[in-house]
Amino acid sequence: MGLETIFGESWITTKLEFFINWARKFSLFQYPFVTACCGMEYMSTMCAHYDLARFGAEFTRFTPRQADLLLVVGTVNHKLAPVLRKVYDQMCEPKWVIAFGACASTGGFYDNYAVVQGIDKIIPVDIYIPGCPPRPEMVLEAFIKLQEKIQKEKLTKNE
Amino acid sequence: MIKLSDTTKDLHTRYLSVLMGPSHPAMHGTIKMDLVLDGETVVDIDIDPGYLHRGFEKECEDHRWNQIVPYTDRLNYVSAIINNVCYAMAVEKLLGISKDIPERAQWLRLILSEISRICDHCTCLAAMTMELGAFSAFLYFIKVREWFYELLESVTGARVTYSWTRIGGVRWDIPEGFEEQTKKAIEKTLPVLKEIHGLFDKNRIFLERTVGVGVISKEDAISYGITGPFLRATGFYYDVRKAHPYLFYDEVEFEVPLGENGDTYDRYLVRLLEIEQSIRIIEQGLAKLPKGPVMIEDPRLALPPKEQVYNTIEGTINHFKLIFEDIYVPAGEAYAYVESPNGELGFYIVSKGGNKPWKCRVHPPCFPIMAALGEIIKGHMVADIIPIFGSVNMIGGEMDR
Amino acid sequence: MSEIVLEKLKERFGEAVLEVHSQCGDDTALIKPEALLDVMRFLKDELGFEMLMDLTAVDHLGEEPRFEVVYHLKSFSRGWRVRVKVRVPEENPEVDSLTPLWKGANWYERECHEFYGIKFRGHPDLRPLLLYPEFKGYPLRKDYPHKKRQPRIPLIKPETR
Repeated sequence: MGLETIFGESWITTKLEFFINWARKFSLFQYPFVTACCGMEYMSTMCAHYDLARFGAEFTRFTPRQADLLLVVGTVNHKLAPVLRKVYDQMCEPKWVIAFGACASTGGFYDNYAVVQGIDKIIPVDIYIPGCPPRPEMVLEAFIKLQEKIQKEKLTKNE
Repeated sequence: MIKLSDTTKDLHTRYLSVLMGPSHPAMHGTIKMDLVLDGETVVDIDIDPGYLHRGFEKECEDHRWNQIVPYTDRLNYVSAIINNVCYAMAVEKLLGISKDIPERAQWLRLILSEISRICDHCTCLAAMTMELGAFSAFLYFIKVREWFYELLESVTGARVTYSWTRIGGVRWDIPEGFEEQTKKAIEKTLPVLKEIHGLFDKNRIFLERTVGVGVISKEDAISYGITGPFLRATGFYYDVRKAHPYLFYDEVEFEVPLGENGDTYDRYLVRLLEIEQSIRIIEQGLAKLPKGPVMIEDPRLALPPKEQVYNTIEGTINHFKLIFEDIYVPAGEAYAYVESPNGELGFYIVSKGGNKPWKCRVHPPCFPIMAALGEIIKGHMVADIIPIFGSVNMIGGEMDR
Repeated sequence: MSEIVLEKLKERFGEAVLEVHSQCGDDTALIKPEALLDVMRFLKDELGFEMLMDLTAVDHLGEEPRFEVVYHLKSFSRGWRVRVKVRVPEENPEVDSLTPLWKGANWYERECHEFYGIKFRGHPDLRPLLLYPEFKGYPLRKDYPHKKRQPRIPLIKPETR
């Protein structure tokens, strides 16, 4: 994308940002990295009752190369940590990460030799969803918050 | 071990080694399988579990008796009530109060266990049929599961992990209108099950993918230590609810479906028929439910009612002691077992007389099944692994603890 | 429920059976480690215990011998259940493997070894099952600290709780 370098910080770039972010936020391709009990609520959120498809995040891409949202659902332990890091590294920019559930956010109530105390010790995280497991309505709100965050992103890098 | 190059043929062939997992599309939790392939056929397989090992036993040694109940929920998280019930039964066996639990509490444990069993079988069949390409069946099963989650939520307050039983009874009684809601949910479920039977039982594609695939013989299954629908699909009749009746299973009438060949189709059908039998048990349980308390009346185990806590000094001290120090269980060891949707779930508890267990071991029903899986999959093609693994119903939380 | 099993064991093996009890309705026998394979063969072939239900170990820190390996067996044809226990000392925690008798014993013994350090003589492949190869130590022993973590990859933030 070189248009923003030609126009700099003008009204064209701002309009361009608006449309690009609008397109990105309503077509999130998710990669569900499902491990544990939160997977049950993830299944419920995806299905007909609490439909996630109406937010644009319909299709789950089961390969990180084609996904832009990494949903880490459930506990991550030290045996799985290198795998998570590899999956995150394989995704192309722009990418976002949601830590789904208490175990992914902070390790949950497992404070022992095996469990990583939150996936933000391994990869950077955008949205944390608390709950053990979180209700599907919380997941939908997290998606809305992520969409608001994406809308505010800037194309020019001047910070 | 396995030679990676076959120089006897004109065209040199090599075996291909592929990793399947730990993060893979089958929504069954994380497990890694190292496959060695000859074209599409699996020549050797090595299963590598442990990607959800959360240190359950170590946590148990550090927490008090009633504090362990939430940890037991997360073992087999698709049917969490059954784990709670088994743990409570094991500790009550050590305490010696198994016969003193109020009848209403035992009937409620039975009814909610069967609802949990329906949820588990629905989830397993949903995932298995979705992976074979029938996405609509997944949506139908999850729809059914939602109705039962609403029922469980009205009793316990949570949808997936309940922490509902306590040592000596259960925490919450069923609310008003639970029986009508259950009857409505059952009425809505039966047509869905009929539709599923119509979609799959004689479906040519489904039959070709599941009949004769993943066969295990009775003797092998017993040698590996397998129980539950996996064993019953081979034709061997063993159900803990009939062999060693616990709670009030000897007072309800139900049948135990048995398979013939031990292949994936039999396992699918056994699970589907068990859902119908569970519905029968729930209806009979609701009809026979007696009135009464839901928690044992023993000040060493049960929290006193709030009127006593706020108005009498004995009630306050009792409440304080139970919250801060929890119950004391005499020294000894006990093994309690129930029929979970995967097989025989057992809890082996060792106590040295304190308010924390010395050891709390879970016997996971899907552990021996995964041990046998290597032998079952050898010789099949890669595409057959999907229905076989789907019919195993491996729950990571239980397998790895 | 199945005390007859304990009586037959005592009759046949005499002093290899150190202790029997039926606490809480579970029939239990504590036997000497050397006699393990013979006792198990007797239980499987002659008394009809077709299934090895569970295999685990308990760490009695402070007592000698320290470890206790516990086996749960089930007989379908006669409806009996029995628990067999074996005590092994800390310096040389070794028992015979039961893989020749039951195929399921393979994975149970691998798990027991990686968590407690108990060696099983004659096991075909005693490598870790649930833990990763870089993990050092035996986590379920009572002297392994509860929160001692061994990360596999460098963490971008420290794990403080």
